[in-house]
Amino acid sequence: MKCSDVSKDLIGYLDRRANSAERREVEEHLTACASCRTRAEELRKVWNVLDEVPSVEPSLGFDARLRQRIAAEPQPRWFRWFVPQPRLAFSMALLLALSIWMVKLPRENTVIRPMTAAQSEQEDFSAIKDLGVLENYDVVTKLDALSELVPPSDEQPEQPRQDKPSSND
Amino acid sequence: MMLDVKAGDDASFDLLLQKYRTPLINFLFRMVRDAATAEDLAQEVFMRVYRARKQYTPSAKFTTWLFRIATNVALNSVRDNRYRKLEISFDASTSDEEDAAPRELPAPEMRIDEHMVERDRCDFIRGVIASLPQKQRVAVLLHKYEEMDYGEIAKILDCSESALKSLLYRAYETLRGQLAPLAGRAGEGRLS
Repeated sequence: MKCSDVSKDLIGYLDRRANSAERREVEEHLTACASCRTRAEELRKVWNVLDEVPSVEPSLGFDARLRQRIAAEPQPRWFRWFVPQPRLAFSMALLLALSIWMVKLPRENTVIRPMTAAQSEQEDFSAIKDLGVLENYDVVTKLDALSELVPPSDEQPEQPRQDKPSSND
Repeated sequence: MMLDVKAGDDASFDLLLQKYRTPLINFLFRMVRDAATAEDLAQEVFMRVYRARKQYTPSAKFTTWLFRIATNVALNSVRDNRYRKLEISFDASTSDEEDAAPRELPAPEMRIDEHMVERDRCDFIRGVIASLPQKQRVAVLLHKYEEMDYGEIAKILDCSESALKSLLYRAYETLRGQLAPLAGRAGEGRLS
């Protein structure tokens, strides 16, 4: 065992908390190594110095003061479970407000222009004006005949213009 | 006992208080080096235990849980106090070290000068312990004065047992260097 290895187990050896195998290893090393033996002895003396510090006693009013503080603690009540925590309540309120805002958002974007009375009458009139044509079935059947008309052909020979003076004259 | 407290038995809480208040106050006093602050912090630790009694689960030893709370409370206090001292250090005219030490009555057989020497010696030792890095200080206090096993201390400090052994060795090596002047006398005293 090297000096660096023994250092970790030295405290356990001195406070008698090391197991038997660790103790044996440290003892073997201390027998062979004078510097580690000296260090162990100095640590033992430091250990004794630390014992010189006296312990302090609690003041006479310590217990009474603590009991007073405990008595002043708010007692848990049965309805406390139903009272929401501030953070939770704030989060829920925020979520609710956001939901309402999002639901209302499309309606707000739709532009609803109020129709004036004149505009309304004009639209009604145009609808009534075309109503007779749609109800007259004969007119609709004649519209079919129009589709059978031959469209003017582009191949027709061009008629000579009469008003143009001939070159023979 | 804590399970009885959890079940609503106030008498068990009193028993816990009687059993742990002195070691807890001593641990906190060695951490913050101020008797009044140590008592205030001990009150805070017990209040936290009381408030958390319904949520307590016996996954670890009660002392591990208790001293873990105490360690957090003490380290927070040390950190806050350090900032406060930085703020008032320009105006401070007297050392607050004397005010911080508990009033210890001299032993009847001890002369007043002997008592003063003894008190200076204790203050010096406390000062050396307080000068250790926070984690090392907690480890030494729990190991030396509370006599906790390595597993418990490792859980409180949230480290492995191997890391704790290295931490303790470094801490005791620092103390060996710092307390060397006193260790000679202590060694002589013990040998004679």
